[in-house]
Amino acid sequence: MNDWPLLSLTTFLPLLGALFILTIRGETEVVARNARAVALLTSLATFIVSLFIAVKFNGASPDFQFKETANWFPGTTIAYSMGVDGVSMWFVILSTFLTPICILSSFGGVKVRVKEYMVAFLILETMMVGMFCALDLVLFYIFFEAVLIPMFIIIGVWGGARRVYAAFKFFLYTLAGSVLMLLAMLVMYFEAGTTDIPSLMAHSFPFALQQWLWLAFFASFAVKVPMWPVHTWLPDAHVEAPTAGSVILAGVLLKMGAYGFIRFSVPMLPDASVYFTPLIYTLSIVAVIYTSLVALVQDDMKKLIAYSSVAHMGYVTIGIFSMTTQGVEGAIYQMLSHGVVSGALFLCVGVVYDRMHTREINRYGGLATRMPLYAAVFMLFTMASVGLPGTSGFVGEFLVLLGVFQVNSWVAFFAATGLVLGAAYMLVLYRRVIFGRLTREDLKTILDLDMREVAVFVPLILVVIWMGVHPSTFIEPMHASVAKLIDNYELARAAHEGLSVAAR
Amino acid sequence: MIKTLDLVPVLPEIFMAVAGLALLMLGVFRKEDNTRPISVLVILVLGAAMMLVSSLGAEKHLAFNGLFVADRFAGFAKGLVLLASAFSVAMSLQYLEKERIGRFEYPVLVLFATLGMMMMVSANDFMSLYLGLELQSLSLYILAAYQRDSLKSTESGIKYFVLGALASGLLLYGVSLLYGFAGTTSFEGLHNVFAGGDGHHVKPGLGIIAGLVFVVAGLSFKLSAVPFHMWAPDVYEGAPTPVTSFFAVAPKIAAICLFVRVMTGPFGDLVEQWRQVVVFISIASMFVGAFAAVVQTNIKRLMAYSSIGHVGFILVGVAAGGELGIQGVLIYLAIYLFMNLGTFAVILSMRQKGRLVEGISDLAGLSKTNPVMAFIMAALMFSMAGVPPLAGFWGKFYVFMAAIEAHLYTLSILGILSSVVSAFYYLRIIKIMYFDDAAEPLDRPVGRSMALVMAVSTLVILAFTLVPAPLVTGAKAAAAVLFPAAG
Repeated sequence: MNDWPLLSLTTFLPLLGALFILTIRGETEVVARNARAVALLTSLATFIVSLFIAVKFNGASPDFQFKETANWFPGTTIAYSMGVDGVSMWFVILSTFLTPICILSSFGGVKVRVKEYMVAFLILETMMVGMFCALDLVLFYIFFEAVLIPMFIIIGVWGGARRVYAAFKFFLYTLAGSVLMLLAMLVMYFEAGTTDIPSLMAHSFPFALQQWLWLAFFASFAVKVPMWPVHTWLPDAHVEAPTAGSVILAGVLLKMGAYGFIRFSVPMLPDASVYFTPLIYTLSIVAVIYTSLVALVQDDMKKLIAYSSVAHMGYVTIGIFSMTTQGVEGAIYQMLSHGVVSGALFLCVGVVYDRMHTREINRYGGLATRMPLYAAVFMLFTMASVGLPGTSGFVGEFLVLLGVFQVNSWVAFFAATGLVLGAAYMLVLYRRVIFGRLTREDLKTILDLDMREVAVFVPLILVVIWMGVHPSTFIEPMHASVAKLIDNYELARAAHEGLSVAAR
Repeated sequence: MIKTLDLVPVLPEIFMAVAGLALLMLGVFRKEDNTRPISVLVILVLGAAMMLVSSLGAEKHLAFNGLFVADRFAGFAKGLVLLASAFSVAMSLQYLEKERIGRFEYPVLVLFATLGMMMMVSANDFMSLYLGLELQSLSLYILAAYQRDSLKSTESGIKYFVLGALASGLLLYGVSLLYGFAGTTSFEGLHNVFAGGDGHHVKPGLGIIAGLVFVVAGLSFKLSAVPFHMWAPDVYEGAPTPVTSFFAVAPKIAAICLFVRVMTGPFGDLVEQWRQVVVFISIASMFVGAFAAVVQTNIKRLMAYSSIGHVGFILVGVAAGGELGIQGVLIYLAIYLFMNLGTFAVILSMRQKGRLVEGISDLAGLSKTNPVMAFIMAALMFSMAGVPPLAGFWGKFYVFMAAIEAHLYTLSILGILSSVVSAFYYLRIIKIMYFDDAAEPLDRPVGRSMALVMAVSTLVILAFTLVPAPLVTGAKAAAAVLFPAAG
């Protein structure tokens, strides 16, 4: 199975499942049951196929692997071109790993229009995987934007009370950012004469142009990450989205922005990246401290976790722009860890939401008495979010701080304060929900996790601990790619410095 | 000077004219109601004309002493126009019968209007241009007022006629100025004059510029581009819906292709003079189209503003000019055709208990009452908003690609931001269909011809991203003939 088009298979298998679900006819109940089964099986099959990518991946090589190319738009260089390196490979796995969990978790919560829900989720998976595999600017943009369609529908149809507002805000914010990126991509195309991402990485753009391009890309990625002050769509989208929607949003969609920084801004526009690094640092520090403080005063569980996501993504952007091996690897690690941990936290909220239909923190308390298993699971993910050694969260945050400390100790200092605040709001959340006396009448009959929910959490727990105890499984394959990224960056920097010295 | 009378390039037009007259007589002499057979015959005539057009081949032919030109560009445009007209007739029939306003003149008028459009896209002289334009416009005025017992329809007919006549006046005035200052109305003659290759080089003086501006203004009326767009919403709303669906597609395509030919042919060397005008019209159209549509409640009015916005995007390609720009315009037009036909097929199927409804809110909960139609409409709306991977995105992609190549950065940035605003109202329709609770359900089934148009257009919208090559290469070849020097 060496010459199988593994990436296309991983990308389009979910779409095939979606088409299959569309053909299911019959009674509502039967359709719902079959749609659930088909969706779960398809996404599991996709995950297994994607594991082949990880197994066959050659970690020693920094190049793009499993490359596939086909002509697409005649008269232009736009081609269907796929491939993964040590960075994007992990995001493909993250997407395929989270999707079956999301589908399984929504068996309980989603009762209406199940067929459409499953179709939307599988289409979403196709778009996410495709985006991380794309090696052509335009192809990347197609997948990047197409994600909006299923997510808009998921938030708007199965969301909470203010779902319409949240869906529109999500869609329009993201669209406004990305259309500017499209123009920047077109400028790059005419400047470099190609839309091939590896070739563009080797091309050096003039500095003045780089600044404009960088800002256009920044407009898109900053909204997606999201960075302060364009993060306001995130709490709304998270609160209103159904549980599984929040998981994918936090787990994968937020990573698209940071992935964009790693794939486009830094390697293609290195000089502008240096020029704007102080901006990134400032916005990230504000995000880490400000949103952590905001998270402290939230009454809504989902909103609290949403704000914590903004803070955690602040570390990621700091790490990427520190441009040290530890910083970049830490940022990638933090993204993977955050994808799993925040996804799991949203699932934890979903568990009690499915039972009580409220997310207000004050409505809970003392759950440990009735739900010991749940309390243990929640505890683990809270600790992972805080960054306790032995969990995945620690490795990422530690590496980022290590990386940025070599470059700028003040940034490291401010970022570290976020760790303390993070511990504060997460522990406060945990205490208010789990500990204390169980006084509310309606909570006295609440049930602990059932088998399906346990099945949802077990893989997440295993991954979080694995990532915490043995990080080299995940870091080894990305070494070569990150090293290449930093080498090229240093080269480009040296060339630029040389030029400016010569100009004097 | 008189060349041999070669009528082969005009064969499709002659055939349509003869067939139109014959069908008119057939309708008059047969006593019983024969809307249906004549509609079918008109569709067949349009299909036959399309085959004649495609049989002409790739070479450039001139006829009538250079008044008429048949080349690949004209062929491409004629193909789109004929396709749009044929689909429109097919969609109208059911409506005309249900509303009991079916008369055989309707399909014949569409045929004559189409003939006018064919003349327009093949015009090679301002005289033949005016001839085609008026044949088209006169047929359209009657069609707008076709539902003569309806106050709104007659009002829209009169409004269209008065404003259209004004536009024709502006155009003629511009042409007369051009003739006065340049001494010819032939496209090639004008081109030679401005190119300076004819020995007596004329520097574009004030008279030429004024003439140019009047011509652009007159044509902008026909395009319903801002600031000459005021008639469009009223006419779109007032005219019977099948007529609106016809207005929104075929005449637009013809007028834009005509505009492109005029701007790249005779005025090809005056780019610096007209580009700023077209850029302004384009930006204004995109913004008015986007912002005015947000507050509409009638879906036909919404479509009017939506088409104004689309014209703005198409003009981005015209302003960029060059082979890439015109290729973008043609790709956009082809995709626009299918998006609009599909959307109007949905609008024409909006009936509650047999009564036609036009409110956007009447679509509420369509995803539950008729999931297939809701899916089709949603795909069309996402496509209109320009969200990939749907076809509408590629139309915008190509025109903005051309604009970037031509270094029109302000136009590109403003244009692409206005597309975000316009996304809002397309999303609103999706929101009403998917997020809102069901109101009174729409009638089912929707009828065979509607279902066919919906299916075809949705298929094109979805499949274009997978198989873009035929349209892209076709448009490229068609655009190349306008720039003989480059090719």
